[in-house]
Amino acid sequence: MKKVTLQIDEKKIDAEEGQTVFQAAKKAGIIIPNLCYHDNLEPFGACRLCMVEIEKHNRKRLVASCCYPVEEGLVVVTRNEKIDKIRRVLSELLLAISPSGTHAVLAKEYGVTESRFELEQNPDSPCNLCGLCVRYCKEIKKSNAVAFNGRGVNKKVALVPGVSDQCLSCRQCFTVCDAGKIVYLVDNLL
Amino acid sequence: MTKLKSTSELEKLRKKIISEKDPKKRCIAVCSGTGCLASGSKHLSEVFQEELKKYKLSGKMEIRKTGCHGFCEKGPIVLIYPDEICYLKVKATDVSDIISQTIKEGKIVDRLLYTDPNTGKKIAKEYEIPFYKNQNRLIFGNNSKIDPTSIEDYLALGGYTALAKTLFKFKPEQVIEEVKKAELRGRGGGGFPAGKKWESTRKASGEPKYIIVNCDEGDPGAFMDRSLMEGNPHLVLEGLIIGGYAIGSHEGFIYVRQEYPLAVENTELAIKKAEELGLLGKNILGSGFDFTISIHRGAGAFVSGESSALMSAIEGKVGEPRSKYVHTSAKGLWDKPSNLNNVETFANVPIIINKGAEWFRKIGTEGSKGTKIFSLVGKVNNTGLVEVPMGTTLRQIIYDIGGGIPKEKKFKAVQTGGPSGGCLPEKFLDFPVDFDELYKAGSMMGSGGMIVMDEDTCMVDLAKYFTNFLADESCGKCVPCREGLRHMLKILEDITAGKATKEHVAHLEELSEVVRDASLCALGQSAPNPVLSTLRYFRDEYDAHIRGECPAKVCKNLIAYYIDPERCQGCGLCRKNCPTNAIRGETKTVHVINQEKCIKCNTCFDVCPKNFRAVSKLSGKPVPTLVNDGTPIKPLKR
Repeated sequence: MKKVTLQIDEKKIDAEEGQTVFQAAKKAGIIIPNLCYHDNLEPFGACRLCMVEIEKHNRKRLVASCCYPVEEGLVVVTRNEKIDKIRRVLSELLLAISPSGTHAVLAKEYGVTESRFELEQNPDSPCNLCGLCVRYCKEIKKSNAVAFNGRGVNKKVALVPGVSDQCLSCRQCFTVCDAGKIVYLVDNLL
Repeated sequence: MTKLKSTSELEKLRKKIISEKDPKKRCIAVCSGTGCLASGSKHLSEVFQEELKKYKLSGKMEIRKTGCHGFCEKGPIVLIYPDEICYLKVKATDVSDIISQTIKEGKIVDRLLYTDPNTGKKIAKEYEIPFYKNQNRLIFGNNSKIDPTSIEDYLALGGYTALAKTLFKFKPEQVIEEVKKAELRGRGGGGFPAGKKWESTRKASGEPKYIIVNCDEGDPGAFMDRSLMEGNPHLVLEGLIIGGYAIGSHEGFIYVRQEYPLAVENTELAIKKAEELGLLGKNILGSGFDFTISIHRGAGAFVSGESSALMSAIEGKVGEPRSKYVHTSAKGLWDKPSNLNNVETFANVPIIINKGAEWFRKIGTEGSKGTKIFSLVGKVNNTGLVEVPMGTTLRQIIYDIGGGIPKEKKFKAVQTGGPSGGCLPEKFLDFPVDFDELYKAGSMMGSGGMIVMDEDTCMVDLAKYFTNFLADESCGKCVPCREGLRHMLKILEDITAGKATKEHVAHLEELSEVVRDASLCALGQSAPNPVLSTLRYFRDEYDAHIRGECPAKVCKNLIAYYIDPERCQGCGLCRKNCPTNAIRGETKTVHVINQEKCIKCNTCFDVCPKNFRAVSKLSGKPVPTLVNDGTPIKPLKR
């Protein structure tokens, strides 16, 4: 693998070509907040909490670090006013889905105690659609028993009828779920 | 048909086709684009055929069912060649007059002509009608001259010369150089230089390479790609084959949305005919270059117009975007180098090859070359498709071509760039329309939607409408777009319902900025445009709603209907038509609306006779309390 050197938060970091900025930062001990990242899964880029600012050819841009590949000479900033604003507002949006969870800890760190947005009334259990369970089932378990259903604001995680019988005995994806949605769905299979 | 094996065989066929066409022979071109079909042009063509038989003229002239002419407001359109007499709003009952007078005697049927609303003058020739006169129909012009199901019509007008020139006179790199020199920018919305995109796909490692036409036009009210694909499919095919040759691809896709059945039908036929003539398939024109095209029908998701989502959809997966930090030109369809351009972009290519980049560059502005087709809709007299050189001002488009605002209303704003475009106020009317200028103004070119709004439009209500559309069309993958749009919509609903405070507007603004900066794809990134641009140019309207007033008197919660006792003539029309019996009054006495019962359906406002104008809408001020006490009316002075 070709080595590249980049700079994250004024620190010179060696990384391998093909890695993402998020992975390079993690290896160097720089923690970037995230909800949908998992070491063993393909990058998804859905929670957008890992947005960072990169500088290339004297131009600054906000990108999702979990998807952006490392490049020689890339300059990355993981926190500034713009990034903090994004994380603050995103954690407020997540708090409106569920008042507790990993994002609540993050929210506190970014100075948010209460969401300005109306709390979602979840008929069953809350879910932030990070897709970890769906991707775990597809990429690691290779079962495709958990899937997204619907589109946009009506999107939900659902068990695939006919395939999900195995879920009761498998339960491997429970460990990746932060909100407890998948536990709820499987428990309700019975 | 036998396959053409060389350029000379193509030219021989072309000569033959042209020699069989007598330029003096009359041709009745009946617009059979979707707009005119909807207003009855299919039946109209049949009636023309029957009437010609009656007059024993069958075979002596051609009834040509062409693609969309663009002037959809006045359809069905009939154009008589060679004189180019343009008849508008033609009905089946007019056919007999057209044949007996125009065809037989060379006389013009006055009542079917365009009437200039300012001078009252009738205009007979298409090219003299202001709607057409002020355009430059470089791409769209041949739509009214050809039958899209006839490859012969396309060949007669020089079709596939650009392809022959490309295959035998240009190396692939030279084609790319020419398109780069022409500075053709992507017409689908992004405005990315097409030549540059082609170059990076060509240089990308990996085989095979794919080239795709994006005809997933989803903007409400936009139909330029549809009309091109339906009306002149060979032009797009020719551009696509040239593109394939340039980037080194042998397989092309045309992604057409499910809702465009005629586009699919005409394109399928065009592909078949091009294959039969050896203009598509193996060893095109004997050049050794192979290229095939397949059509993929979309399943009706707006977001599938986004390049990575579109490619997912072709692969048979859910049409959801992915991060494009690795461009699709390097890793696209099935992870192979793929080039995607919009219909109109491809349609420009044969023209650039035929006329040269130097010629093409002369049209347009410094940063945007060539022409652009706009779908001009909304509160404008001449709705339809309009093609103008880049840099034409909004005023020229809306007033000179569009004929201004109907009913002598005042212009308020124009939204360019589709549902996620921005709304520009009057001060931008003399602004040149091109990619960079529109972006600077807080809007965008998009794929060319242009919605005109008059003084009766509430800008907050409008922002709510588009946010609702986009929330509905969001794929739901990323948090800012899915959750952000959901809450933006909620706040907008509160504002239009008069339940919001200044703080809510501030929240809306901050949230919009985050949705713009943090969303995964262009849908989310541009979705806040309607809100941000109206906050920028029409903030006073947001403030008014906070105070409880809707200045355009649109938002139902903030308006009340009121009958002016000085103007009411006691005719009873409003009372009789009110669906909730909210209006009381005897004939010849002043009528009064019971505000508790009123559902604000606007019926009383609509039915009150124009010369009374007794019903009015009030907003932001209390409704005078009147009791229905049988007060006699005061006759209006005439």
